[in-house]
Amino acid sequence: MKPFALDHAASPDAALAALGKGATAIAGGTNLIDLMKLQIATPERLVSIRRTGLDRIAPDGDGLRIGALVTNADCAADPRVRQDWPLLSQAILAGASPQLRNRATTGGNLCQRTRCGYFYDTTQACNKREAGSGCAARDGFNRIHAVLGTSDACIATYPGDMAVALLALDAVVLTQGPYGPRQIPLAMFHREPGDDPTRDNVLQPGELITAVRLPAPTGGRQIYRKVRDRASYAFALVSVAVDLTMEEGRIARCALAFGSLGTVPWRDPAVEEVLIGQEPSPALFARAAEVLLHHARGFGANDFKIPLAARALAATLAQATKV
Amino acid sequence: MSLHFVEFELNGCQIDGMVEARRTLLDFLRCDVGCTGPHAGCEHGVCGACTVLVEGQAVRSCLMLAVQANGKTVETVEGLSGGPKELHPIQQLFREEFALQCGFCTPGFLMTLVALDRSEPRPNAAEMREALSGHLCRCTGYQGVLRVIDRLTEDRK
Ligand SMILES: Cc1cc2nc3c(=O)[nH]c(=O)nc-3n(C[C@H](O)[C@H](O)[C@H](O)COP(=O)(O)OP(=O)(O)OC[C@H]3O[C@@H](n4cnc5c(N)ncnc54)[C@H](O)[C@@H]3O)c2cc1C
Ligand code: SF4
Ligand code: FES
Ligand code: FES
Repeated sequence: MKPFALDHAASPDAALAALGKGATAIAGGTNLIDLMKLQIATPERLVSIRRTGLDRIAPDGDGLRIGALVTNADCAADPRVRQDWPLLSQAILAGASPQLRNRATTGGNLCQRTRCGYFYDTTQACNKREAGSGCAARDGFNRIHAVLGTSDACIATYPGDMAVALLALDAVVLTQGPYGPRQIPLAMFHREPGDDPTRDNVLQPGELITAVRLPAPTGGRQIYRKVRDRASYAFALVSVAVDLTMEEGRIARCALAFGSLGTVPWRDPAVEEVLIGQEPSPALFARAAEVLLHHARGFGANDFKIPLAARALAATLAQATKV
Repeated sequence: MSLHFVEFELNGCQIDGMVEARRTLLDFLRCDVGCTGPHAGCEHGVCGACTVLVEGQAVRSCLMLAVQANGKTVETVEGLSGGPKELHPIQQLFREEFALQCGFCTPGFLMTLVALDRSEPRPNAAEMREALSGHLCRCTGYQGVLRVIDRLTEDRK
């Protein structure tokens, strides 16, 4: 690791002051320290935000407010989360390992960077790491890469699980920054690469995530299905988050989000429209998959993700609509 | 270079030192303190060999800065048993079930299991197996470790 200066912020204001002077926030450090060891991230100043008091989970109207510094372990184990937003608990527990979740935080998890191997290898061309250097993944090993939302510049996925559940749950990211507070719906938080893959999300320089807000519980049936190379402790090849309510044998309400399929956590209202008001059937699920995937494009080694996503979607919907 | 004073309780003893901000807790323990129980395997959070307990929770010491442990309690495999000739009950089970060969991964497995064993409510066998997925072993084939879990959970039935 390159040498750097480090301060501990004792409040959100102190953290914002440091960020305003160009410091990089460190929360659990489970992603940032890794990237610093490889000199993919080389901040000169870090500000530790763990003691900013943003580590509480509190009711927020009918919803819940999860502080940015709440650890993934604490969030997944919270009785309110388990009871009313089980999707979030399931998604977090499907990610990383207990030893990592004990350190990893809500804000850090949202900002985790891609797992594209070329991004991690500083000898390779990568537009995300070094703008304009090219993309070695396009014609390289791209088995884990995205099939939706890709651009000529970058085809990497956002690899996380938690954000996929948050997207299906209509969560909102609360921030503080040089231009005041912002409320960013999760659907607007991550950025498709376009011609600037260096920025994964819409956070501005100096902006701090303070919390994530969950709206009132839907009471729906919630399932997180993660397909990966082994049964535990691996990033998703494809994941599906569903929150669905049945009424009189029909799908009355349905929210669906997908992980490791697109360059960002993926949600497509057209897929939900196909399903709402209908009786569940394999044909209906196939139709939903068609709508989800008709723009999907593989790059060779990741072509399999397209049929895999269709099957994962059908299996998840079959489970969620079963009486 | 930024130097920081850190002090924390390591296996019941108060220790302190001056560290660079970039020193990981793993390197601080191994190179500065001489506490070599936590092993440096992948050093990228993947293998679990560096697992220690901070405030009783199992964490990866390779992905944590030494300064982040300031004021906390830290436990390593060295602190598990009462003395050099004694074994912690879980270490004893590892011995009886042949749950190690070269032993490189073992301190990590032990620390995760000790934390689980202490937690309330106590995890069941399935939860323990899941937690151990964060530990990689090149030698044992894992079956011995799984027998340790069986015995650990059997005892409490
Ligand atoms: C071996 C391994 C396996 C993993 N497997 C999975 C998996 O299967 N699924 C999964 O989802 N994840 C997985 N992860 C990733 C893990 O979830 C992330 O590393 C973790 O969530 C990051 O959180 P952190 O608090 O440690 O972030 P840090 O490393 O502290 O920070 C990450 C980034 O977020 C920024 N940041 C942090 N907090 C804030 C804030 N409040 N405001 C603004 N910016 C902020 C930091 O500046 C930094 O850029 C894995 C990680 C490892 C090492
Ligand atoms: S896919 Fe994106 S992250 Fe991977 S090499 Fe290409 S530009 Fe870099
Ligand atoms: S050395 Fe820390 S997880 Fe491998
Ligand atoms: S016993 Fe050799 S690595 Fe596990």
